[in-house]
Amino acid sequence: MDKLKTKSIKDNLSEMKFFEGIEDDMIEYISQCGINRHFNRGQYLGKEGDSADHFYIIRKGRIGLQLHHHDKGTIMLKTIHPGEIAGVSWIVPPYRYNFDLIALEETSVIEFDGKCIRDKCEKDHSLGYLLLRKFTGMLSERLKNTRIQLLDVYH
Amino acid sequence: MYTIETKEKNFKTLKNPWIPIIYRVKEKFQENELNITFILEPDSDKCIPEMKPGQFNMLYAFGLGEIPISVSSLEYEHPYLCHTIQGVGAISNYCYKLKIGDRIGVRGPFGTSWPVDMAEGKDVIIIAGGVGLAPLRPLIEILGNERFKYKRVNVLYGSRDPHSILFHTDVISWQSDPLINFQVTVDHCQKGWRGNVGVVTSLLNLASFNPAETVAYLCGPEVMMRFSAYALLDAGIDPSNIYLSMERNMKCAIGQCGHCQWGSNFVCKDGAVFNYRQIQKELSIKEL
Amino acid sequence: MTFIRSEIIAEMIKNNYFRLSSRDLEKLFNYFLDEQYSNIGPYFKDGAIMYGELDHFEDLPKGYYEKIDAGKYNLVQKSDKSLFQYTHGPQSFKAHFFPQRSKLWSAEINEGNLAIKEEKLKKRKKVFWGIRSCDLYAISTLDRVFLNRDYKNPNYEVLRKETMIIAVNCGQPSNTCFCTSMDTGPKVKKDFDLAITEVLSKKKHHFIAETGSQEAQQILTDLSFQFASEKDIEEAEKVINKTSKSMDKAFDRDKARKFLIEKADDKHWQDVEKRCLACANCTLVCPTCFCTTTEDITDLEGKHTERWQKWDSCFNGDYSYIHGGIVRKSIKSRYRQWISHKLSSWYDQFDMSGCVGCGRCITWCPVGIDIRQEVKELLVEKDG
Repeated sequence: MDKLKTKSIKDNLSEMKFFEGIEDDMIEYISQCGINRHFNRGQYLGKEGDSADHFYIIRKGRIGLQLHHHDKGTIMLKTIHPGEIAGVSWIVPPYRYNFDLIALEETSVIEFDGKCIRDKCEKDHSLGYLLLRKFTGMLSERLKNTRIQLLDVYH
Repeated sequence: MYTIETKEKNFKTLKNPWIPIIYRVKEKFQENELNITFILEPDSDKCIPEMKPGQFNMLYAFGLGEIPISVSSLEYEHPYLCHTIQGVGAISNYCYKLKIGDRIGVRGPFGTSWPVDMAEGKDVIIIAGGVGLAPLRPLIEILGNERFKYKRVNVLYGSRDPHSILFHTDVISWQSDPLINFQVTVDHCQKGWRGNVGVVTSLLNLASFNPAETVAYLCGPEVMMRFSAYALLDAGIDPSNIYLSMERNMKCAIGQCGHCQWGSNFVCKDGAVFNYRQIQKELSIKEL
Repeated sequence: MTFIRSEIIAEMIKNNYFRLSSRDLEKLFNYFLDEQYSNIGPYFKDGAIMYGELDHFEDLPKGYYEKIDAGKYNLVQKSDKSLFQYTHGPQSFKAHFFPQRSKLWSAEINEGNLAIKEEKLKKRKKVFWGIRSCDLYAISTLDRVFLNRDYKNPNYEVLRKETMIIAVNCGQPSNTCFCTSMDTGPKVKKDFDLAITEVLSKKKHHFIAETGSQEAQQILTDLSFQFASEKDIEEAEKVINKTSKSMDKAFDRDKARKFLIEKADDKHWQDVEKRCLACANCTLVCPTCFCTTTEDITDLEGKHTERWQKWDSCFNGDYSYIHGGIVRKSIKSRYRQWISHKLSSWYDQFDMSGCVGCGRCITWCPVGIDIRQEVKELLVEKDG
């Protein structure tokens, strides 16, 4: 744990696949908007309807993307694992969480301030383009996965 | 390992490939609502030749017909057979209802097998979808029995929902095995499920492997295998290091009835296990 | 044997050819009857030329000619005594090695005990009369499917063994024939015991018979048939050459083999689909189609059951059924499967063409779909 603590946020981000191909100084620049956080099991990282002020990169643990249904109860839509992003609503208006984000176990994340990143992107469009490209790739992957999930392929 | 008192017995195999050999149900395990695993033993001094992982048999239900079923474990010594059956059609339902001591016919073994030796000294990724775990179980067993021969072993298993998960005992022991990175995910879940939710390819993020030195084995619905293959290729794995097991209408199992044709392949004898490179073109053609 | 002079070799070759009259053929027919062979050959039935067991030489159809076109088959009888001037009817000899239905085995269940009884067919010596070169190629195609592989089809093996082949060099190709394009005829080149050319004119009617096996040579010699002269042989060759020349090139078979698979998404398949009824006629008359399904027949008590093998067709819906649905739902995908199997994937599977150019699929298609025309249209871009 000591070792983890000594690592800067920038160091942590550089090791992540999501930031592959993004130059060091840009990562450094983004990392100014991030802080290390820890969530206990059952703790919410975001709730449906709330203002989407943050997004998270998971370092350790697991986050669930959930929706509550009056009859079916709480439905788990997707689990999000280390190295992956939780929360995408910060990127476009109306900046509102559509689902609940909940820590399924002891979870360490880097929490980003959405507005802080947005402001940086407005100032530096090449950063904005790079980040948007990364997020579009991830969103497209999730859309594809959701479609396959809906197919109910297994029998 | 299952031991049998009849081990010393001299078993004979038959020449006419159309004639089933009679087996008896020795044991059965209810996997879940739909699936049952059977251990079969020869009913006489005749048996089929020893099976390899990935191969299948034609199981004959009296008066109804035959269905192709993969060997779902090789932990039971030859000539015992282990098959897992999903009761979905007339014949599989007959098999599903078999009681201990009941007889069925067996022809086999047929088809190609998982090339286990390709993985020696390499990382392994096994991607199983739904009942596709059954044909892969013998492979997982072999990798586990000779674990020192392989580097990192990842097993990624996607299931429809928690109730459809096969081989619970094995799944639990694989999950707790420090030498296997076993991950399971479901497409849809009920309350109480504390595992992963999402498509099986999303588990690839949890696998550890060196793409240049990795062999992958896939079995599941065709759509799932196609997308798994894309994900593996995107991760940098060479197409010639990806193997998958195809399903087509196997009737004779000896390449003579034509039903399982898929392009130039007779899935029953040229497959069911194919190298991805060999069938890349076929996978891309609709209704082939 | 290097000291054998060329004249002697020439003499030996010439002795391979016999000149037979109709009466000689009848003698040969009766010889086989006496030797306990079944004579299986053409006869007239239900307005068509069929192949079946013949009791008498007179059963052979005399003076019949066919008028064949896409979707059309008519027989006309002329006053001549010709025996082989039609091309071929709907059937090939396939059904005689590979019956429409055959029992594989039977089983009994008694107090839980299951016993399976193998079906053993009896061997029977037989002679096939009047087989054309295209159909002869079809038999060697089926041999590769059922015999020269990892598994042998026991019923086929028994029925195929001890078969004498009396082939006919075709003198009357029909409008749907294209053996020259597939390199399968009209001259009978291999796998025969006797190859007959019928020489027919206003004045002449005889047969030039080439022996292709020791056995046939022995039989014809024993029956003291007359050797053919060089002029006789030349005359027979002329008949074959005339047949060859009368057939147009259907399509480039090498191109078809190579490009059909690349045309998997071509819109022409949709065009075929509008016409094709998926009736499976083409596969039933095809001399090389080998697909089968199985059928289980159980008695009312549920104690005795039989497993039968019967012809199936890739045009049938449940042919490609797997758990979860039918793979080839559309008719276009079934037609594509059939034609690309015949002309392309067959080479990969059996190292030869699956089409022998007999044209039956064209003749017996109720809507007259012509394989030659479809291939031409599919390959049209590649040609240009």
